[in-house]
Amino acid sequence: MSDFITSVKDNNSIVIIETNGYLNNVGGEAVSAVVYEKMTQGHKKFLINMAATKIVNSIGVSILIEIIEKLQEVDGKIGYYNLAPIVAKTFTIMGLTKYSSVFESEEAAVNGL
Amino acid sequence: MKKPTVELKLPILPNMELVATQTAEVISRHMNLTEDQGAEISMALIEACINAFEHSKAENNVFINFLIEDDSLVIKVIDQGIGFDKTKVQIPKIENKIGKDERKRGWGLQLIQELMDSVEFESTGEGTTVTMKKNLKH
Repeated sequence: MSDFITSVKDNNSIVIIETNGYLNNVGGEAVSAVVYEKMTQGHKKFLINMAATKIVNSIGVSILIEIIEKLQEVDGKIGYYNLAPIVAKTFTIMGLTKYSSVFESEEAAVNGL
Repeated sequence: MKKPTVELKLPILPNMELVATQTAEVISRHMNLTEDQGAEISMALIEACINAFEHSKAENNVFINFLIEDDSLVIKVIDQGIGFDKTKVQIPKIENKIGKDERKRGWGLQLIQELMDSVEFESTGEGTTVTMKKNLKH
């Protein structure tokens, strides 16, 4: 597993990916590798806990857009929680919030996705 | 009296933009900028550096000047690359990217403009200077 991903777990058939550090191209590709592998196993719902990711760049976030696109093909969903304010603002500017969901906590995310 | 200035010279290596953000964090604290303002400056700086590193085709270093003004922080990101024509840069929209062949990247200028109070681009065939300004608000 990449250093960027600290854990992957299932909660109520939702795959929860916990990240750590800078979401750049390397981090984005680490997330997409996990998501695409889980999709081959039939998973369609994903959450990313970004509590330990305080900084991102647009290349890493663009990879999340690619993931959203892949999930749309199988009627899947992705959401995020524990976002730093600047990460939430970046997601809003780039429009991710139109196609995926931001939650305050894991409980809210698991119930709301 | 001359205004305080911090100057960085960054080699084009992976994640060197984080050197710039660490400097920006120190300056933001020195200027008593809010936490949100500091984070917005760092994000804009990351995008400006990535553009300079990746898109300018610059082979030399990228220079970053932080100018500490009484009422604002001015940051200049300077590369010696091939330049670009801003009028040919389209404003990205996610609607045009999801489910389409359009590349998913290309958000840097949009993010810089949204996160800073003013942005100016000067570009020729010999390089680009991006001048970004964040006004103080306490």
